[in-house]
Amino acid sequence: MTLAVFFGCTFIAFGPAFSLFLFTIARDPLRIIILIAGSVWGWGPWATSGHRAFFWLVSLLLSSLIWFIAVKASDPHDEPLQKGLLIFGVMFSVLLQEAFRFLYYKLLRKAIEGLVALSEDGCSPISIQQMAYVAGVGFGLMSGAFSMINLLADALGPGTVGIHGDSQLYFLTSAFMTMVLIFLHTFWGILFFHGCENRRWWEIVAVVVMHLAVSGSTFCNPLYVGSLVPSYVLMAIAAVWAYMLSGGSVQNLRRFLLCAQSEASPQPAS
Amino acid sequence: MITFMNNSDSEDEPCNERTSLMSAESPPVPSYQDGLQASETREAQTHRKRQTGSSRSPNNVADEDASDSDVRVRESALENEEEELTLKYGAKHVIMLFVPVTLCMIVVVATIKSVRFYTEKNGQLIYTPFSEDTPSVGQRLLNSVLNTIIMISVIVVMTVFLVVLYKYRCYKFIHGWLILSSFMLLFLFTYIYLGEVLKTYNVAMDYPTVILIIWNFGAVGMICIHWKGPLQLQQAYLIMISALMALVFIKYLPEWSAWVILGAISIYDLIAVLCPKGPLRMLVETAQERNEPIFPALIYSSAMIWTVGMAKPDTAAKGQSQQTWDAEDERENHSSTSHSDSQILDTRSPAPSHPITLEEMEEEERGVKLGLGDFIFYSVLVGKAAATPSGDWNTTLACFVAILIGLCLTLLLLAVFKKALPALPISITFGLIFYFSTDNLVRPFMDTLASHQLYI
Repeated sequence: MTLAVFFGCTFIAFGPAFSLFLFTIARDPLRIIILIAGSVWGWGPWATSGHRAFFWLVSLLLSSLIWFIAVKASDPHDEPLQKGLLIFGVMFSVLLQEAFRFLYYKLLRKAIEGLVALSEDGCSPISIQQMAYVAGVGFGLMSGAFSMINLLADALGPGTVGIHGDSQLYFLTSAFMTMVLIFLHTFWGILFFHGCENRRWWEIVAVVVMHLAVSGSTFCNPLYVGSLVPSYVLMAIAAVWAYMLSGGSVQNLRRFLLCAQSEASPQPAS
Repeated sequence: MITFMNNSDSEDEPCNERTSLMSAESPPVPSYQDGLQASETREAQTHRKRQTGSSRSPNNVADEDASDSDVRVRESALENEEEELTLKYGAKHVIMLFVPVTLCMIVVVATIKSVRFYTEKNGQLIYTPFSEDTPSVGQRLLNSVLNTIIMISVIVVMTVFLVVLYKYRCYKFIHGWLILSSFMLLFLFTYIYLGEVLKTYNVAMDYPTVILIIWNFGAVGMICIHWKGPLQLQQAYLIMISALMALVFIKYLPEWSAWVILGAISIYDLIAVLCPKGPLRMLVETAQERNEPIFPALIYSSAMIWTVGMAKPDTAAKGQSQQTWDAEDERENHSSTSHSDSQILDTRSPAPSHPITLEEMEEEERGVKLGLGDFIFYSVLVGKAAATPSGDWNTTLACFVAILIGLCLTLLLLAVFKKALPALPISITFGLIFYFSTDNLVRPFMDTLASHQLYI
């Protein structure tokens, strides 16, 4: 426990996400612009993270409310019922998160229109694909933070993990699960927005199904092979898909890996 | 309170005065429109030191008369350019506000979570005389409401007193009050804070070292805040004293009273800034009549600005001063309620009367100003959320996000309405909603999920 576990789990869970944030989002505040109610102003990455986080928070709030009401209305000693209510709560929360992602898409769409109207050369300084990526990172960071932060605070103090017979890998697997969820939210953001943009409903449905699958797989915990492995596989699939949708290809990847200069390569939407 | 300077009428000049979040059309009065919220002090400070600001106004008015005809023609052409630049500056300014607010909140939360002293109940302020140790819920509620009424009336009385002092030009009195309060804050409260931190980590320190540290810290702080100093050092000191003040509030305000006071303060802020007879609004109008800027004191400023003497062409660009204003510390004594002005000022560097060179124009940097009272009450909210007995971090995080969102929305409204707006209501409302809902609804849900290691 204590500092080693704390720092280890923090970096496992949030390291990739923060580096994504630093290298792609924090660099240029102008790239991130959020519209609220039709007026057009530039907001920094902190602001947009806040807005995305806000949307995720509100969805969490509503789903917690529903679960809370259901629990209070039921018998607290009925174990299977409580478990069933929990499952229902999780599924409902997933659906609500996706609904809020859709709402957020609508909001950003209006933002783009406003920006285009405002700019001199008729094109917006930020594209919907960039917004999709940033939205995904925001959702992911907030969901990861809420899952992980109490754990990290407890990891700082004394204790022995799993002393009552639970799994000893609790912190580690939680950190890995958080990391995969943050990545998944990023890719789902891209997929979802792409599906909304191009009216491909099956992409949206795929995102929802994937989210339900990942959340459902966590019901296998503490049998971690049942939850972590499928989640990572799904993350790889989503990553490849999002990369393809953003304009990437095998040639791009090869050129990138060989550090070759590409003159006429199709640029990823950015 | 958030305010703007309406100064963008002279578009024909080579130096376009642009404010972030301001449109091209603005009323010709170039003074600050400030809604000042604090009862306490400091207002007088500003006009003492703000000769440069005030001297700007006559020139602007003159310019506007001359350029009235040209303005319309250029306006449409320049408006797009304005908007583009406002976008750029808008983004930077939001970040410039987010970073200090976040830093202050981090300091407060870190202290609350680690130093036991600030969560122990050791008595109450004289402004909240009713105790909350009563057995019945109704009695407790009643006591907290009474405490709030007393606190808010003290604040109102202070604000009115300050407005009266300002009206009758008792600047020396206000200045002395400010110096005394910042002295107390920088020395006494820092000494207590240092003592408690050392106790928490069981570090021994001898008195000579303590005296040396506190003396240096306090002396440099007084100089930075009341006179001149590097901008970042001044910013750091303002953040630190806001955090100290917030910690005092968190310690000495009883649980329920704190929440009711936070709600009442936002309502008061709304009234004082927007109602025609509100004290802060009257303060703004008085300052406008005298063509003086209102209260750079007690304001966190985030950028360097030119201080250019407009009315005196020979003493033109005084050069870039590192410190935007001699921001007074309005923290007054612990005994007086510290509701300092909470305002956000969007300042523009005063443009000189003559056509300035291109270099000068480019170095014109617009900063954003936020009243320290806003810092304090935001930090009180987040600190109280962090101090809940359940020790839940989700609540703290949710309140933090809520306050930042409120700040964003307030800045947006400021851009839309282009007049003085209170900075507290939206953020505090969101913060309160999220605190109570997260603590009561989300926490049990997330705890149950975590115990089964489920992820949503």
